[in-house]
Order: sequence, then C-alpha cells, then structure tokens
Amino acid sequence: MSLLLLALALLLCGALLPLCLRGRPGAPARAGTYAAAAAALAGLSGALPVLLSGEPATVSFPWSVPLGSFSLVLDPLAAFFLVPLFLLTGLGAVYGAGYLKAYEGRKDPALPWAAFNLLTAAMLLVFTASNAVLFLLGWELMAAASFLLVLFEHEKEQARKAGFIYLAAGGAGALLLMAMFALLGAGAPSMDFSSFSPPAGGTASAVFLLALAGFGLKAGFIPLHVWLPEAHPAAPSHVSAVMSGVMIKTGVYGLIRVLAFLRPWPEWWGWLLLGLGLVSCLGGALFALAQHELKRVLAYSSIENVGIILLALGLGVVAAACGADRLASLAFAGALLHVFNHALFKGLLFMGAGAVLHAAGTGELEALGGLSKRMPAAAALFLAGSAAACALPPLNGFAGEFLVYIGAFRALNAPGPVAIAGAAAGLTLATAGALAAAAFARAYGVAFLGEPRTERAAGAHAPGGLMAGPMWILAVLCLGSGLLAPLLLGPLAFAVGSGFGPYYGFLGGLEAMAPFLYVSAGGFALLGIVAIAAAKRRAFLGGREPAVAGTWDCGYAAPSARMQYGASSFAQPLTDFFQPLLRKIGRYPVISEYFPAKASFSLEAQAVFYNSVYMPAAARLRDLAFRFSWLQHGRLQIYILYIVVTLIGLLLWKL
Amino acid sequence: MEIIKPFSQYLAAMLLAPLLPGIINRVKAFFGGRRGQPALQLYFDLYKLFRKTPVYSRTATWVFRAGPVTGVCALVTALLVLPFAGRPSFLAFEGDFIFLLYLLGLARFATVLAALDTGSAFEGMGASREVQFAVFAEPAFFLGLAALARVGGQTSLSGMFAALTPETWRVAAPVLALLTAAFFIVLLAENSRVPADDPNTHLELTMIHEVMVLDHSGPDLAYILYGAALKLWLFAALIASMVLPRRTGSWAGDSALFLLAVLGVAVAVGVVESVLARLRLTKVPYLLITAFAFSALALIFQVGR
Repeated sequence: MSLLLLALALLLCGALLPLCLRGRPGAPARAGTYAAAAAALAGLSGALPVLLSGEPATVSFPWSVPLGSFSLVLDPLAAFFLVPLFLLTGLGAVYGAGYLKAYEGRKDPALPWAAFNLLTAAMLLVFTASNAVLFLLGWELMAAASFLLVLFEHEKEQARKAGFIYLAAGGAGALLLMAMFALLGAGAPSMDFSSFSPPAGGTASAVFLLALAGFGLKAGFIPLHVWLPEAHPAAPSHVSAVMSGVMIKTGVYGLIRVLAFLRPWPEWWGWLLLGLGLVSCLGGALFALAQHELKRVLAYSSIENVGIILLALGLGVVAAACGADRLASLAFAGALLHVFNHALFKGLLFMGAGAVLHAAGTGELEALGGLSKRMPAAAALFLAGSAAACALPPLNGFAGEFLVYIGAFRALNAPGPVAIAGAAAGLTLATAGALAAAAFARAYGVAFLGEPRTERAAGAHAPGGLMAGPMWILAVLCLGSGLLAPLLLGPLAFAVGSGFGPYYGFLGGLEAMAPFLYVSAGGFALLGIVAIAAAKRRAFLGGREPAVAGTWDCGYAAPSARMQYGASSFAQPLTDFFQPLLRKIGRYPVISEYFPAKASFSLEAQAVFYNSVYMPAAARLRDLAFRFSWLQHGRLQIYILYIVVTLIGLLLWKL
Repeated sequence: MEIIKPFSQYLAAMLLAPLLPGIINRVKAFFGGRRGQPALQLYFDLYKLFRKTPVYSRTATWVFRAGPVTGVCALVTALLVLPFAGRPSFLAFEGDFIFLLYLLGLARFATVLAALDTGSAFEGMGASREVQFAVFAEPAFFLGLAALARVGGQTSLSGMFAALTPETWRVAAPVLALLTAAFFIVLLAENSRVPADDPNTHLELTMIHEVMVLDHSGPDLAYILYGAALKLWLFAALIASMVLPRRTGSWAGDSALFLLAVLGVAVAVGVVESVLARLRLTKVPYLLITAFAFSALALIFQVGR
C-alpha cells in the first residue's frame, strides 16, 4: 500500500513539476516522463503482490471534506485494474517522450505532461477509493485531465468538437453517479463504501440503472459511446492508448463494484447487460469497418471490446440469477481477463497508429499504404496487435474470449433462459469476431501493405527507439499472456473473488484451468509447426535466390498505386450489405459526355447515433431550455437574489 | 498399439487430404464426359511446385511470404483438434472447436493480408470478398456446432462426435439433417467451390480464393494448395462423422468406413459442382444466411426436443 501512496505522490509531483519548469527547454517533458515511469514502477510493485497473494490492503487518513474520508482499499480487483493502468501509463510516458518531440516549439509540453500525470493519479484514486466523495473527486479529475489532453490540438476544429462532446458526456455521467451515491448513502452514517447497506427492490434497480448509465458513459458502450470515437483519436497517441486501454475500463470497474454490492441480482439486469453488450459488440465491429481514419477504427474497436466485456458480465449475471454458478464464474473470469488483454493490445495498436501519424502526418487510410517497407518493425508490431484484437491464437485476445465461449457453451446445456443467453453470447462473439477480422485486415492491409498512395506515405520513416521500445514490450506481453494464459488464472481467480465473491473466484480458476492448459499447448504446437514449415520452406528453396518481378496485374503493365484496393472498396461489399445501419453518404460522378472528364467520388461514414439520436434530442432540449430564458437577465443583482432566496428557502426547510 | 492409433489417424488425414480435390475433378470430368486429370494430380503438382523457385513481387514484403506458411500451419494445427472416425483427437478439450474456428480465422487472416501485400487490385478484390463471406459463414458454422454440442451434451469436438450414434439419427434425424445441410453449404463456401466460387474460372474479376493467390508461386503456392486440401478434408471429415456415425466395434472397420464417407463427401461436392451453376457474387451471402437459418432451426429443434 505504501508503494501505491508513493506512486500517487510521484504522480502529483509529475503533474506539478512540468508546470513549474515551464521556462527551461526540455525540462517539463523530462520531469513528466521520469515521474510517470517511476510511479508506474512503484505502482506495479505495489499492486502485483496483492494480485499474487490475494491479501487486500487498506489505508485511511482523516480528511476535512464533509462526508469524505481519504480511505483507499487495494484489493485484488483494484490491483487487477491497476496493473494495466501502470503498464500503459509507464510505457505510454516513454512513448510520449518520443511522440511529443515532433511538437517541440509548436506546443507547450508542460500542460500535456501535467495532465497526463494528473490523469494517471486520478485513475489510481478511482480504482482504489473506498469513499464516495473521494471516488467522485478522482472521477472528475480524470474527466478534467483527459479533457485537457483531448484538446491537445485545439487549433483543429475536430478536436474542439470532440472536446465539447467529451465534456458533456463526462458531466452527464458524473451527475448520474452523484445521484447513485446519494441513493446509496441516503440512510448510511458516512459516505464510506463499507458503511452503505445494500438497498432492496426498486431502489436496488434504480441504483443499478443509474450506475449502468453513469459508468456506461465512461465505458462507452452503444448507445452511450458517441464521445468515444471523437475523443480518443483527438488526443495524442500515447494518451489514446491510456484512454482506450484503461480509462474506459474505469466504467467497467465501477459497474462491477456496484454489481457486487447489489446482490442478489434479478435476472433482467443480466439480460439488459447482455443486450447492450450484443449491440456494442456487433455495432462497434461494424462501424470500425466503415471508418476511414486509423485511430477511429481503433476507437470503434474499443467499443466492440467493451461490448464483449459487457456481454460476458450479462451472461454471468443471467447464469448466476438462474443458479448456474459454474458458468457464471467462467463468464466473470472471461470479462476480467478481457479487460486486461484488451488494455495490452489496444495500447499497442494506438501506439502503432501514433507511429503512423508521426511518420506520415496523417491517419487517413486512403492516403497511406506501403508503410510496412518504410517502418518494418512498427508494422510488424501493429500486425501483432491486430491479430490479438481479432482474437487469433496464440495471442492474448483469444484467451478472454475463449473463457466467455466456454461459459456460453456450458450455458447451452443448461435449461431455459440460460441456454438462450449462452447461444446469444456465443453467436455475437462469433459474428463480431469475423467482422473485427475484416476491419483489422482492412486497416492493416490498406495502411501498411501494398504501394504508398501519397507522397506523404512514401516519405514515412521508422519511429525512434523511445516509441518503438514500449511497443515491443507490449507485443511481447500480448504473445506471452496468450501462450502462458494458465499462469494468469491465479491472479484472475483472486480478482474475480474480490469482485464477485470468493466462491466465483475459486470456481472460475478451477473450471478454466484444463481448457487453458490445452489452448496453451495448442498455441505452442502452432508455433512449433510454423517453425518446422518455415524451415522446410527454406530447405525447399535450397539456397536459390527467388526471382523478383512486378505484381501480376492480369497482364496490365502499368498499374499505379491509386489502382490498388483501398479502404472503401475493401469494405464495400459488407458496408453495402449493412447500409441501413451505417447510412454512408456517397457522392458518385454522373457520366454524361462521351469522353468523361475528371470526376470525383466521395464516401463518408456517418456517426449514426450522433446524427440521428443525439442531435435531435439536443435540439429538443435546447428548445425546452429557451422557454425558461425569462429567468436569465444577465444582471448580477438578480442572480445574487436567486442565490439568497435559495439559501433562505433551504434554511427554512431545515428548520 | 493404442498409442499408434491417434498418430496414424493424424498421418492419414495429412496424407490423404490432397486426394479430395482429385476426386472432385474426376467426378466433374465424368459428368462432363471427359477423361479428366488423374486423381493423384495434386500430389504431382505439389511435388513439382516444391522444387520450383518462387517469384516475388517488388511490392511484397515478408507478410507475403509468411502468409502461406501461417495458413497451412494453422490448418495442420486445426487437424490436431479434429476427431477421426468418432475417435478422440490429440487435443480434445472443452471448447476445442472454438480453437479450431479461430485457427481457420488465422489462416484466412494470413491469406487476406498476403493478398493485400501485393498491391494488386485483383487480389484486393478477392480479399474483400473473402472477408465478406466469412462474416456470414462463421456464425452459421458456429451455430451449427452449438446445436451439435447440445445434441450430445458435449463441449468438445471429439466428445460431440463420440456421442453421436446411429441411435441419435433415429431420435434426432431432423436436427442432424439440417446440420448436415448447413455444414455442407459452409463447406462449399469456405472451400471456394460452386456455387459460391468457381475454382476453374479463368477470369480474375470473378474469382475469390484463386485470385488472392495469383502472385504466389513455388513452395508458397504448394503450401497454399496443400492448406486448401487440408481445409476441405477438415469440413468433409466433420460431415462424414455426422452422416455416418461409427457402427462396427473395430478401429480398422470404423476408420475404413470413415474414409469412405469422406470420399463420398468429395463425390457429393463434385456432383453439386457439375449440376449447379455459380451464384452471382451478391447472392452468396443469402446462401450462407440459408445455412445460418438451417443451423438456427437445428438448435431450436434440439432445445425443444
């Protein structure tokens, strides 16, 4: 625990120092990086022992804030979320040191570094706070710090728009959470989590729904996702990695804590979670396929992965409500394992996308191509991340989904509703898996393979060591945690135990052990067979030099890079099929002359929910608000009068 | 003796797989009134290709070279999971068919990326179609396996097929018949056979799988052809074990029967290919959705049974 406090102190120093050292060139970045890296080391060495031993630690300080107490709890569940947090922020800081160099002279480095460390500190508080006031403080700090980072390139209109949407979503979420804590703490002596007594009946459901909406706005599942594809791409890439890898998981974390508190669960909660997970899973993968910007593809893939986590939670809750504890434990374990795995591969992918932005100056897929020759190592690492995101064995994305699948199949042989939930969950995973594979094959193939489509892509260069190093580490972790998944089951069982009850933790670890050992064996077999086949291939070649020629384009001798299959054309069969959902807007040239002149064609992926749900709703809300505009005079005296009247009213009511 | 059995089963699958495309070709030749290639043609082709020097495009990178190796290895690993004649495989564990499904996904991912690596518009076209059909084929295949899992109350592929007996056909014939139909459609689409794709077409614009591998040559092409044969074997073996659950008590008898059934599936593919025209590309998803509907119906029947 003391190591965690040390990490917190280091992070706060890391947030203040860059601002103080503003005058000296290079100093703010150095201070920010070292503080973040040191805090990550301290935090990891604080969290890992808890995860390995399963022994929780607590610390509490007096705090003068009304209803608040500075009490932190580090139990295995918190530690399970802290490990990816510190992994990604530590590596992200190193990466960021390289990434932000490109902005030297154009941007003040102090603010991004201060905000980055503040964001990490805030997430540390969110994961460990055991008092509602402290939790909300961390929550709001997290939103504020990340808001600053989203606005990093505030001269771009896109980033400003993203910032405003993000601010609105964060504010709404926090309001819902305050309402939730008010409901929970209504009869309790203090706002410490331990003093809350579990509500029953309608209140429990109200708390659950408030938590689902409030935390959901952070987790970013559909339909609460509109801010995510705007905000994540706008932030600098190491921040996108942290936001997608860890920050959206604070929503999952909060939801799990509330669920754990509100037992026993009614069955319909599970169905609601399952339904939301299903929609996010399929929708996220489908929208990812239609995006034209690399980081937006990744952002939508994050929505898909949050959907997978939610789907697993929903399956678990339905199963637990129907008394099928074994498969509930498998589903919960799958959900948590996917939280960890997604952090690793999504961090890697965003860093890879950052390397592309850094080298080519754009993430527009249609402007890229051929990067694999210009940045071979980064391209290979991005490929590893993509394969993990498609849940391809032997990488880590497979492990978490595999647990959910086993849970779903156990469910199939159970009676009634559990079987339906299992079939729905498994089917969603299979379909979303195929869609995600299409989306990532498209993103990787168009950006990294083939010939460069523009000068900028042709002039791209490999990222420096500071940026490549963290990506290597994450890729090795992706492979390692895929191949050695059985080793993760111990900590996972502790985390499930502290999140959902020791019974589930024990069962989950037990049930998953045998299949995981086999999958691990299968992964090693695959690698062995690949090694043999590659060696055989070399033997077949027998040292002969392969001949080199142009690509066979069916006899056409002068193919140009523009003739390659691009991002739009690759996805077109699928996006056309799902056009009613995607609502792409295409502008096609009409050919009227015998000798058609220069024409242009454009295809735009729409933010469907933003345009057709949120904008009309916001317009309605604004109209409503204008009806009360007579309250607003713009005169200070009247506002003060309002305040005085309210205070007197409150005083009278309390008397 | 018991130890040798799984090995010899595995070896038999690996060695006999290239026979299936040969059988299909012979059946098609028979329907077309031609003499046709020898049934062992693919073996000769593989032998020839393995000794050739490959030609690589200037555009291609290591992804292009890794594609065929990864693809064939994913299938060789997938065969580790596949039961043989209703007898357990090397790797039989809970949820093993998920592993198999994702290995097939890995093979597809590798092939698609290798195709995109050439920068050819035609290969991109094939890759795009391949991932599109996968989106419809995977749910159908998955749901079919789910229904099969429910039939035997088993969660491993070996368990599912071991639980399958002639008795099962007597009590759950509609379920198994629907599943056979669904798996057969998935087999046709996944292995790029008529009516989803035509392996004999010679117009690149209409190809799917063949166009993705246009640029591969030498040992790489040999790996691709061999991988395709293994994939055909995998699906044919699933269908064969379903239609002809083991009857005799002896290992040799079961195995011989199973091999005959696998060859029978190949003959069926050849017959379909001879009597059916190819579907328009835009209609292929509907074919696969039909397979999905069959699987879903089978699951519903099974749950209601």
